[in-house]
Amino acid sequence: MQLDNTTNEFERGKSQLSAFFSFLFSYKTAVILLAALMVLPIAFLVFVAASGDFESIGHLARTVVPQSSLTTLEILLGVGVMVALVGTFSAWLVSFYDFPGRSIFSWALMLPMAVPTYISAYTFVEFFSYTGPLQTLVRHAGEFSSARDYWFPDIRSVSGTILVMGIVLYPYVYLSTRALFQYQSSKVIDCARSLGAGRMRVFAQVILPMARPAIVLGVALALMETINDIGAVEYLGTRTLTFSIFSVWLNQNDLAGAAQLSLVLLLVVAGLLMLERISRRNRQFHDLRTERADQPVERIRLTGKPAWFAVIGCSLPVAMGFGIPMTVLVNYAARRLSESLNPELYKALFTSLVLAGFAALVAALIGLMFAYALRKDKSHAMVTLVRFASTGYAMPGTILALGIFLSLAMFDNYIDGMFRHYLGISTGLLITGSGATIIYAYVVRFMVMAEGTLDAGLSRISPSIDMAARSLGRNQLRTFMSVLLPNLRPAIAVAALLVMVESIKELSATIMLRPFGIQTLSTHVYDYASQALIEDAALGCLLIVVAGTIPVIVLLKYSGIGDVRN
Amino acid sequence: MFRIKNCVASVFSIAVMSMATIPVLAADKVNVYSYRQPELIKPLLEEFTASTGIETEVLFLKKGMIEKLEAEGINSPADVILTTDIGRLSGIAANELSQPLANTTLQENIPAQYRDPKGYWFGLTMRGRVIYASKDRVEQNTITYEELADPKWKGKICTRSGQHAYNVALFASMIAHHGHEKAQEWLEGVKQNLARKPNGNDRAQAKGVYSGECDLGLGNTYYVGKMQTNEKEPEQQDWAKSIKVLFPNNEDRGAHVNISGMALAKHSPNRENAIKLMEYLSSGEAQEIYAEVVYEYPLKEGTKPSDLVNSWGEIKPDTLPLETIAKHRKDASRMVDTVGYDDGPQS
Repeated sequence: MQLDNTTNEFERGKSQLSAFFSFLFSYKTAVILLAALMVLPIAFLVFVAASGDFESIGHLARTVVPQSSLTTLEILLGVGVMVALVGTFSAWLVSFYDFPGRSIFSWALMLPMAVPTYISAYTFVEFFSYTGPLQTLVRHAGEFSSARDYWFPDIRSVSGTILVMGIVLYPYVYLSTRALFQYQSSKVIDCARSLGAGRMRVFAQVILPMARPAIVLGVALALMETINDIGAVEYLGTRTLTFSIFSVWLNQNDLAGAAQLSLVLLLVVAGLLMLERISRRNRQFHDLRTERADQPVERIRLTGKPAWFAVIGCSLPVAMGFGIPMTVLVNYAARRLSESLNPELYKALFTSLVLAGFAALVAALIGLMFAYALRKDKSHAMVTLVRFASTGYAMPGTILALGIFLSLAMFDNYIDGMFRHYLGISTGLLITGSGATIIYAYVVRFMVMAEGTLDAGLSRISPSIDMAARSLGRNQLRTFMSVLLPNLRPAIAVAALLVMVESIKELSATIMLRPFGIQTLSTHVYDYASQALIEDAALGCLLIVVAGTIPVIVLLKYSGIGDVRN
Repeated sequence: MFRIKNCVASVFSIAVMSMATIPVLAADKVNVYSYRQPELIKPLLEEFTASTGIETEVLFLKKGMIEKLEAEGINSPADVILTTDIGRLSGIAANELSQPLANTTLQENIPAQYRDPKGYWFGLTMRGRVIYASKDRVEQNTITYEELADPKWKGKICTRSGQHAYNVALFASMIAHHGHEKAQEWLEGVKQNLARKPNGNDRAQAKGVYSGECDLGLGNTYYVGKMQTNEKEPEQQDWAKSIKVLFPNNEDRGAHVNISGMALAKHSPNRENAIKLMEYLSSGEAQEIYAEVVYEYPLKEGTKPSDLVNSWGEIKPDTLPLETIAKHRKDASRMVDTVGYDDGPQS
């Protein structure tokens, strides 16, 4: 390194660079452009929706909407309550108490996140079905011979749907509340205890209100995933509004009507998100963090009955959300071991990891810019813009993918037309003919995870820290790079990993957007689940879950859940 | 540090780019967009490549093929379109996403009622929508679709979602035969007879008969063959053993049938190869594979269904033109909503 000679050059380059970055991080330009890119597919769907008449919507409103809105609301409410309770409760146990297996539970509770809802639905139906292990046991015990002889709860019902979804979605709440508890000092809790509050009272009156922003964030994610789901509800025969979107589109050949209905759903989700923001308004959470390092929570050792209670409380969600799907899949996969030699499977695994990894990086970067923009500019316009840019998650994947495909293909064909016209050569489908479209779709779809996590991460860092750095002569960029970024590292990792897990699981947009030659794990599962039989693709399903588990485990390290102190 | 990051980034980009294989326009290639799954078409395509040397590349889709083809426009890589259900075939033709093909081999192989008069699509196989009846609990050996609305079946019928393409087509045929009003009354009656809320796929209805939840299930013919011969999940053989296949309306108009078929994509870049593939799929050799491996009814005259399929009895296909069914689909789908079919019997 010839540092001496290049120092000047370097300094000049650096100042140019910082000028560039200061423009970039005066962000408005960049953020507006990126937000536009995120909103593009949805905007295109608005255009599609407006092109149709409102006849289908009218028909639906008169027929299925009353019932299916009710069903959708029931499911949203049920899943919301379930994930909030299971997530917070288990996070509370592993954060503040010590009991046998606690350190294992603290990461195992995250595992269900790796299971996609369509696999959860399928495996639950198998597990609880007439020929599944539970009913077979019941029949043997009761000496019954037919399903008509005894009553058994049906997974293919509204409450079954809530269970199937909630049990794999609660980790969102677990993750966010656990991270919050980690930063919490035990003072408040000690106070409450010394004033004579029992464990349950501490939980209900101190812990829950304290964890509220984290709970709301986790619940919002879970509910968005619930509302956009089609795979699970279709399999379970639950008629949600999303189900109607597909029958309008596919059976009544009315894409415009389907787009209209998806936009209505989007408004519902926008409402949910608004609630979340309102709940956080005028509250400051950043001061809580400062005490983390010097006063870690002293866990109370549980013995006897309470210890048993804690062990059961933590093992139940893991056993159901991860154990049941794994049992069913391993059982089917074991009968198809020969397929594990199929090299296509491992190529698909590689493709999945690369696409998801790339999407995770891009999403984290853009999410960081959005979150930072929000920190600097709290104007109504900026807030609306960023919120809008992260609503892709609330749409059914296929519909969002359609918006992406239609707009990008239009662009591709426009470029191609220009080239043909002026140069006489064809460029073909530049973007839609490549894997880039899939990455774009993942980023648009899962932006809310990245943006939400980073926003929460940034809001924990007191603005006075920026001010201190600025007053010490650091410019905006250097403040960001040297002060905020190091503090944000865990949040960035969490954001990227969340997007990665979701991208590995994603099915519907990937099928719609993949060009020839690209096969991911989920499309492999779809292709090989012959005639809608997932058994034949059990090995692929298993790989999806395993591939999803890897980022989840890394996630633990960065989210502070991986307990370095033990 | 930054260098490492750059390295990682470029490895990623190379990996992503290398995965995007641009469909080859060379003479030895044909690109297929398929709603039919690998298990069904892989053996056929392998045979085709072996005998002609033309490589096939398949994209399996789930939904939105029409939109995809439309958006890709003149740059679409698709040559041949494979799908089930007359609704989808005629949808492709109606949106002018396929091109008319006057080909004597195809016209000779496929009977006129199973192809588009102008050649926008061609049928390949036929399947009946039949009744899976419990061997133990159902005595009669004939049945009609109309009878499914008879209160004597109250609490005994199982079907998949009314919005599934196969059911929508069946209901559309009821509209064609009886008119909207009568068909709606009928659907209301069937709904009242359901044993449970419609769910699962066709096989799940056979399982429902096996478990005793229902006496009659509605399903496609080939699933029975698939269950009877399922080596990997022998339990399904038990499901199949518990049922007998009843071909509805055998005494009068015959059973509702649907087809799987193919079309030549409008902007097919490898048109000649595409036509070769289509000719092959309609040939006796390919039709036999369909019959023996997939348990569907081959359409080429002179090819026979498999022995297993014949063992269920003889099918008498309803001669209602398939186009008529396609025309009533939208109405049928809305009727499912109006009746609240998918809400199940109690509503």
